[in-house]
Amino acid sequence: MNVLLDHLAEFREGFIGTVLLTLASGLLAMVLGVIIAGFRVSPVPPLRFFGTAWVTLFRNTPLTLLFLVAWFVVPVIFMPGLSPWAKALMALGFYTSAFVCEAVRSGISTVPLGQAEAARSIGMTFFQTLRLIILPQATRTVLPPLSSIFIALTKNSAIAGAFSVTELFGVQKLLSDQGFAIAWIFLWVALGYLVITFTISGLFRLLERRMGVAR
Amino acid sequence: MTDVSVTKDAIPAADELVVLNQVNKHFGALHVLQDIDLTISRGEVVVVIGPSGSGKSTLCRTINRLETVDTGAITIDGKPLPQEGKELARLRADVGMVFQSFNLFAHKTVLENVMLGQIKVRKADKTAAEAKARTLLDRVGVGTQADKYPAQLSGGQQQRVAIARALAMDPKIMLFDEPTSALDPEMINEVLEVMQQLARDGMTMIVVTHEMGFARSAANRVVFMADGRIVEEATPDQFFSNPRSDRAKDFLSKILHH
Repeated sequence: MNVLLDHLAEFREGFIGTVLLTLASGLLAMVLGVIIAGFRVSPVPPLRFFGTAWVTLFRNTPLTLLFLVAWFVVPVIFMPGLSPWAKALMALGFYTSAFVCEAVRSGISTVPLGQAEAARSIGMTFFQTLRLIILPQATRTVLPPLSSIFIALTKNSAIAGAFSVTELFGVQKLLSDQGFAIAWIFLWVALGYLVITFTISGLFRLLERRMGVAR
Repeated sequence: MTDVSVTKDAIPAADELVVLNQVNKHFGALHVLQDIDLTISRGEVVVVIGPSGSGKSTLCRTINRLETVDTGAITIDGKPLPQEGKELARLRADVGMVFQSFNLFAHKTVLENVMLGQIKVRKADKTAAEAKARTLLDRVGVGTQADKYPAQLSGGQQQRVAIARALAMDPKIMLFDEPTSALDPEMINEVLEVMQQLARDGMTMIVVTHEMGFARSAANRVVFMADGRIVEEATPDQFFSNPRSDRAKDFLSKILHH
């Protein structure tokens, strides 16, 4: 019990670290995922190919391996001097974007084809059709899987702790190395994650209720 | 009636708005459009009829390239249909389309449905778009429903909104792909009346339909299709009273007897 009160500062810092990392990489994954989903349904073959390649690569690579690549390969080849936080953001964001893309794509396919045909027949371009007609109607279907994806992202962000990014799970290692009782530490860390994941699922349930499209 | 169609038929042949030249299309092994030649003049109302599976809906959809063709050429107002892209989008804005299943944007109100194309495609400003949308909605008789969502309207009302949405783009031609086939019988007339009015106002129209009454009263020309071919083209009077082909005689004997 005392381990929490005595190290409130560390726990707080770890908690905020996890929240920030989840928020930032969630945002990145969301933006990338929607763009890549657009690529995957586009009429332009090279874009479709790029989208498929992206999803295949990031969905099928273990996240830890992506972290290793971000830590040891990316700085050498592309961007030297990237901070650990930015590297974790990239690994988590890219990995999650593949899952977001597939969720969005499944949502797109639930919108009746006639909606896109009507949009195209009044002269909208492909991207206008996607942005103004298809995606808004796909959102409602995409919310439940997205909620799961972001909860998974929250927990996946724990891997960043092993790569010396300050976040909740890293606090556990810090304190257990100092010899505190491990069970209590785990309990508080787990509760910290629970607060975040419950917030996410609550938020999404609220969104779902607001976004019904009547047919 | 006869007099009217004679005067309406006297449209200069030079003013060709839509020309299909030797158009062929396959769906897999099925040859849905076979050597289709069809010319529609400005101001003309052409009704396409025929048994289901005869390719009439496909024909209608090739004209704004919702379906691509395998061989042959389609020109609209002298311009051949371009490949998918900005230019095709611009051309589609000039070709109004009304679908069997209405296809109103489900997440937009009736008013927004009619404004959207004007604002996003024609780049009209919002006030002008709204004024025009309201005028059109009044014209098709659903002005009071402007702030509702499509799902709250009856089928007939939805289809009239769909017509207003297409008209908002100031199209050169209107395509109707079985506009009344998904409607309850009592709602068919309210849609047909709007279409009759459009025809009287001089809109160029291609109408795929099973409504023989509409074909008789509003068409300048009836095109009869069967098995992917245009079997017969005639004025409504000629076609309904004295069809030339056996296929058309057979078709009419089946539908006109009750």
